[in-house]
Amino acid sequence: MNGILNIIKDRALTYEQKIVSLARAAENTLSVLPISEEVQEYRREGILCDLNEGNAPYRPRYIVPDYERFMKQGSEFLRLKPAKDIWEATNNLLILYRHVPSVTTMPVYVGNLDTLLEPYIEDEEEAYKAVRLFLMHLDRTVTDSFCHANIGPGVTKAGRLILRAEKELQDAVPNLTIKYSKETPDEFALEAVETALVSAKPSFANHEMFVNDFGINYSIASCYNGLPIGGGSFTLARLVLARLAKQSNNAEHFLEEALPEAVSKMCEFMDQRIRFIVEESGFFESSFLVGESLIYKDRFTAMFGMVGLAECVNHLLGAAEQKDRFGHNDAANALGQRIVERIHQLVSEHNNQYCKATDGRFLLHAQVGIDTDYGISPGCRIPIGEEPEIYDHLLQSAPFHKYFPSGIGDVFSFDETVKRNPAYLLDIIKGGFSEGLRYISFYASDSDLIRITGYLVKKSDMKVLQQGGQALHDTVALGLGAVQNSRILERKVRHNG
Amino acid sequence: MAKALVNKILLFSSVDGPGNRTAIFFQGCNFNCLYCHNPETINRCTGCGLCLDACPAGALSSRNGTIEWDSASCIGCDACLEACPGKSSPKAVSMTVNDVMKTVEKVKPFISGITVSGGECTIQKEFLVELFEAVHKLGLTAYVDTNGYIDFSKEPELTFTMDKAMLDIKSYDEEEHKMLTGMSNAIVLKNAEYLANKQKLYEIRTVIVPGILDNHRNVAEVSRLIAELDADIRYKLIRFRPIGVYGDIKKVGIPSDELMAGLKKIAEENGCRYVTVV
Repeated sequence: MNGILNIIKDRALTYEQKIVSLARAAENTLSVLPISEEVQEYRREGILCDLNEGNAPYRPRYIVPDYERFMKQGSEFLRLKPAKDIWEATNNLLILYRHVPSVTTMPVYVGNLDTLLEPYIEDEEEAYKAVRLFLMHLDRTVTDSFCHANIGPGVTKAGRLILRAEKELQDAVPNLTIKYSKETPDEFALEAVETALVSAKPSFANHEMFVNDFGINYSIASCYNGLPIGGGSFTLARLVLARLAKQSNNAEHFLEEALPEAVSKMCEFMDQRIRFIVEESGFFESSFLVGESLIYKDRFTAMFGMVGLAECVNHLLGAAEQKDRFGHNDAANALGQRIVERIHQLVSEHNNQYCKATDGRFLLHAQVGIDTDYGISPGCRIPIGEEPEIYDHLLQSAPFHKYFPSGIGDVFSFDETVKRNPAYLLDIIKGGFSEGLRYISFYASDSDLIRITGYLVKKSDMKVLQQGGQALHDTVALGLGAVQNSRILERKVRHNG
Repeated sequence: MAKALVNKILLFSSVDGPGNRTAIFFQGCNFNCLYCHNPETINRCTGCGLCLDACPAGALSSRNGTIEWDSASCIGCDACLEACPGKSSPKAVSMTVNDVMKTVEKVKPFISGITVSGGECTIQKEFLVELFEAVHKLGLTAYVDTNGYIDFSKEPELTFTMDKAMLDIKSYDEEEHKMLTGMSNAIVLKNAEYLANKQKLYEIRTVIVPGILDNHRNVAEVSRLIAELDADIRYKLIRFRPIGVYGDIKKVGIPSDELMAGLKKIAEENGCRYVTVV
């Protein structure tokens, strides 16, 4: 009970953060999931983890409502009529967001905002004011930067207004992705690059690749997770390869013994969580989102996360010198690919009756790490401090992206002088996508707002928190942990060449 | 097939023209600027061998009077450049157009084109023409970074195979230009006009050096010239930096933000639309 009293008395937590923490603590007093001793052992060793989802999941982790339908029909439960102008449209959306649950208690997806708002744009300056206030409202009330908006791939007036506002606001919320394809005009893409160089967003998603995996109705939610619209992901657990690798002294043992066993146990763990959400929690029988057809049970899937591939490979090869390590050595990179292929194969063989959106399969997710990870690199990324030159970096990374429909991406910090030549970055994005890259994020080295791993935090907010102050967004604490444990601020700055 | 002496190739560059470009630096220059920040590109290696002992990695050897460089064992410390008395580099490599194209093809998905620079790339102009034809076949553009000493009006092949030029006007004043570079600026100014009329001039650059050059006059005159020729030609004002330079000019300070802002204002007031300070 001390833990609960500590939450109540914690002066660095806002009132809202206390409530969320208390709810988590309450949930975690339960143990309703039948978890086997083998799974528990993996969890104790930190090899397998539920990423803070709690002991009794009472909603899917990531919910991706069909906002297009909501705009057309309004909501009976919320007593909202379809909007007639930009003020009603933004107001309706803000009301609905308050009632979209997720693991953070706040919405992780807020819609393809440009196409949602485009029909309501008449007077552009009035619309700009509405869009700007709407985005500011999101930042100050959805106090968690895993909240993600999408724009693109086509150019719209609303899309340009959103970029203009983000350039001015430079807020952490919402996270933002532009779906980029051949139909995205260069002019619009360049505006997006310019915006990203002052506000660390949008990131660029390879639209064609996502459409190939999901069809046109996909979203980018939370960090960078591809998920079906009108559904989402029941759960996301993760396998910490960096720690699992310690059970093996060579690649063969790892691939044939350690990995199959751990994947099998993690699937079992995920099955239990999904079963509880679907069969016991009552979520799908009680949420108005289901009743009003904004989400469907059969459009959900689940995400199988993995993290720390680089450290896993380096351990199995005993690679100490840079030239022998993952990211720099052909054999190390090839082993990395073999491991991911093996995970892909093992996970594909597993069937879960409730993951109907993906024919019973779990989707792979390159998890970006948590604040307490130490010496564990996100997903398949090359460790910070060991990054090669950008050309080699992109080519090393691209082959991994095809395995991860529900999210993978690289983050780059560019010297601020790149602002003078945004076409330079657009060329790099185009090249990366043509080489198979799925998702890319970047920011300028002089930016206060930066991408930690998959979410945005202001350096100035982390400083306040570090000095004992409060931060409005709960993700500031996660960012600070990652800065202290994962050297985020030492990410290689890409200078010319 | 033509061969050229290449000092180095930078796969990705954000500062050598529009978009991302592969920058190819050629060895050899016909100017000898006081403020040259890569003086090791000025002359060709004479094979004197003074760099051999300076190399801590054993990457240099001498055979029949020429210095051979082993890129695999080179650690990139540049001790050889410091030891060179002749403003040259033992690391320049003789390359065919095919050799260069192998690199360009590798990075093709990521770039808008190539920029040839130096040294002074136009000294090896026959090579450039062949290279640009090959580059164009890939759908990429070819830009030339030049000191403008070659008379482009007398080089139709080069002028018409290149997409655009980026031209240094280091000083508008003939005497000052000679003092700075050792050469006249008459052809440089003629080239500005000729290339602009042919729609082949992307950018003009001037390096600002406090106390050594009449910066205000240079910027005022060059910006007037740009406005008269085509106000859309970019004008880049480059701060002198004492990095890499040889001799007394090292002691000259970096131009202040105020000075650069004042010069930018002059250029804009004279009618230039795109003035950047770097």
